[in-house]
Amino acid sequence: MTEAVDRARVLQGLRALYPEGRILTRPAELAAYESDALTAFRARPLAVVLPETREEVVATVRWCHRHGVPFVARGSGTSLSGGSLPVPEGIVIALNRLNRILRLDPEERIAVVEPGVVNLDVSRAAAPFGLYYAPDPSSQPVCTIGGNVAFNSGGAHCLKYGMTSNHVLALEVVLADGEVVRFGGESLEGVGPDLVGLFVGSEGLFGIALEVTLRLVPKPEAYRTVLAAYRSLEAAGDAVAQVVASGLLPGAVEIMDRLSIEAAEAAVHAGYPEDAAALLLVELEGEEPEVEAELVELLEVVRASGAYEVRLARDEADRQRIWKGRKGAFSAVGRLSPDYLVQDGVVPRTRLGIALAEIERLSRKYGLRVANVFHAGDGNLHPLILYDGRQPGQLQRAEELAGEILRLCIRLGGSITGEHGVGMEKRQYLAEMFSEQDLEVMRRLRRAMDPGEIANRGKMFPVPQQLEAAAAS
Amino acid sequence: MLHEIPVDRYGAVGRRMARAVEACVHCGFCLAACPTYRVLGEEMDSPRGRIFLMKEVLEGHLEPQEAAPFVDRCLGCFGCVTACPSGVAYGELLTPYREYASAKVSRSWPDRLLRWLTMETLPYPGRLRAALRLARLVRPAAPYLPARLRAMVSLVPDRLSRQRGTASTVAPAGARRARVAVLVGCVQRVLHPEIHEATVRVLARNGVEVVVPDDQGCCGALAMHVGEGARARQLARRNLSAFPDDVDAVITDAAGCGSAMKEYGFLFAGQPEEEQARKLAARVRDVSEFLDGLGIEAPPPLLAPARAVYQDACHLLHAQGVRDAPRRLLGTVGNLEVVEPAEAELCCGSAGTYSLEHPDVAAELGRRKARGLLAADPDVVVTGNVGCMVQIRAHLRAAGRPVPVLHTVQVLDLAYRGQGFPRLA
Repeated sequence: MTEAVDRARVLQGLRALYPEGRILTRPAELAAYESDALTAFRARPLAVVLPETREEVVATVRWCHRHGVPFVARGSGTSLSGGSLPVPEGIVIALNRLNRILRLDPEERIAVVEPGVVNLDVSRAAAPFGLYYAPDPSSQPVCTIGGNVAFNSGGAHCLKYGMTSNHVLALEVVLADGEVVRFGGESLEGVGPDLVGLFVGSEGLFGIALEVTLRLVPKPEAYRTVLAAYRSLEAAGDAVAQVVASGLLPGAVEIMDRLSIEAAEAAVHAGYPEDAAALLLVELEGEEPEVEAELVELLEVVRASGAYEVRLARDEADRQRIWKGRKGAFSAVGRLSPDYLVQDGVVPRTRLGIALAEIERLSRKYGLRVANVFHAGDGNLHPLILYDGRQPGQLQRAEELAGEILRLCIRLGGSITGEHGVGMEKRQYLAEMFSEQDLEVMRRLRRAMDPGEIANRGKMFPVPQQLEAAAAS
Repeated sequence: MLHEIPVDRYGAVGRRMARAVEACVHCGFCLAACPTYRVLGEEMDSPRGRIFLMKEVLEGHLEPQEAAPFVDRCLGCFGCVTACPSGVAYGELLTPYREYASAKVSRSWPDRLLRWLTMETLPYPGRLRAALRLARLVRPAAPYLPARLRAMVSLVPDRLSRQRGTASTVAPAGARRARVAVLVGCVQRVLHPEIHEATVRVLARNGVEVVVPDDQGCCGALAMHVGEGARARQLARRNLSAFPDDVDAVITDAAGCGSAMKEYGFLFAGQPEEEQARKLAARVRDVSEFLDGLGIEAPPPLLAPARAVYQDACHLLHAQGVRDAPRRLLGTVGNLEVVEPAEAELCCGSAGTYSLEHPDVAAELGRRKARGLLAADPDVVVTGNVGCMVQIRAHLRAAGRPVPVLHTVQVLDLAYRGQGFPRLA
């Protein structure tokens, strides 16, 4: 009872900021926000607020700062690392209603948007001008720009265009201490330190983006989308380095293995070769004569790399289906297994073949199936570890296997995350990539903007073992 | 998603409900496809959120009363099913869940009164006719009525068609290519009997012998969708015996009814009639699906060129997976340009009795739909479900451009008969 009274008292001030219906505290309302796309973690917030203006966001952050209440900003809750998992007894600031495109300037090729705008909606709005927003995470029909900024999201076409950080020109943010600041400007040539770069990928530890100025790029005139089937995953992996070594710069180079092909085919019927051990998906884009010439070269390289079947997307509808299958592949794996862990490691692309062979070996060693569907051109692996949470010990084995894969990535000269972020999921591994001094600098930076450590508390930084144990009990 | 649902506690459908929860990976790809999420922007009003809430209730961690507003607000359009990469059979969770929860949720008396009114009138043509006459008397007082009653009265047509008898068997034109039975159901036969008439004429024209069984009644969809399972089964039982076995197909021309009848096997899961229900369900075809499969004689081209915008009925596209058939049929009509509206996959807000129970959300979706359709600058709007037709018509009128709204078979029928589209209403 006293607990309930305490909560009511704590929330009183926050209630004054929001009308009825935009501050959620009922059990069903809170339950719906307990997880993001990583359901292995759940936490119940104290309240969820639904601001409709940036002033409300600022007032909420200031209230949190004043009362030392932690908060998490949330968009569509598609994080695969637990990045938008609530902090227990903290506030969730759901930004979905801040979804206006404030300005779209086709001459300057920029879009100024609120954080709750859905990624694909930016491209939809820019389409009449022949422009689009290039970073294309697989969740782009739902994920929001605010989350893309926080996690420096990537996507299939980031091979050619770079990640979110390469497409954010300016930010207006409310820092965790309630201060509102602007970073960057509308020009690509910035002045002073790259504070936009510092904020992008900070996983919500500094504050909340209120307004984001994005770069738009012209839509390519033509695409050629090639599917090449291989008898082994390793061979497909090796083909990637050969494609890149040939001097081609495709828009995307992706790989799907047998399990992910099976899942994606069941979901969208894209006509993937189902008997293949691995599928290499290469997309060329640019001006018509250019892609036509590149296609000849690409087909030569692909055939020489051991592909036994090569097919081209017949038309735009076919191309869309191929991508729909690829982009829905993580979720489609839900058809094959009741539970799975999505991993997000990076290796140098010349070592993809070795990494994939090693993952196959680990999969056998742990007796768990691993599906692979990933951004091969970037060396960004996405092993999906399939397990059944109802079988005692399976989750633990899956987590151990995931850990081994991440360590393998570090050993091969890569990293523990390509685009999903550290979040909750990989915070214990951050210390394996960075020295204590590196981490301390990061912590100092964080505290400079968030002295009370209230923004997305508990994410990214390794938690000392004893605290971890205490939290779990 | 991992769950602890005690499946045996929920009877024959427990396993199926749990399987839907298991298949959900919480990825959120359904959010963009969900009309209520698009309007309200909150997780409880998304498919992913609702699945989570239903799971919590079935596990015993949440009171059904707490989850009720959000589960009730679901239109049941199944847009999420089309969008879902992991194949969640959302309907196999939602329909039995609503039936389970309905006994455990207490509702306000206006809610109960409205539910009682709709459930006691709509499925019964005689009562509906009487109610509509009464409603017309009330109409002048509409502005003073509570929102939901106002929504109800606004849907009352200006003229009530005469009660028309339907011949029990219609002979095919020329050689018989198939024999079908047609559902005439309940609301549509009172409000828009001309749709059935067009269906029968177009079928007969294409060599199909049409039987209209006498004893048939409401398919049960309206009751099924609001969790009144017992009533739905009671209504459906009548159809189980009314429809003959010796037909090639049982034809529906209302997408909502078609999808409900295709689910008869599931509706009777674990009941003595299950086998019989399954057999009937297997023969059910939407009229567009059937005609497209059969192949139709191309109608003569329209006298003047016209532009049609085809709006999918959710229960045709999402619930029955019928997308291309009506488009192909319309494509056979010369001089008719068929264009796609923006947001074709998004529900118009009609959804059975939804527009009566949740007029705010329904009206917002209706306005949005009208905007999207009018942006395509159509001469006629074509769809495959009477509820959608009524809703779209009302919102086109409110938007100041009352473009005629027709069923796919009505377009074919007009073309066969060499007639133009009705003038702007």
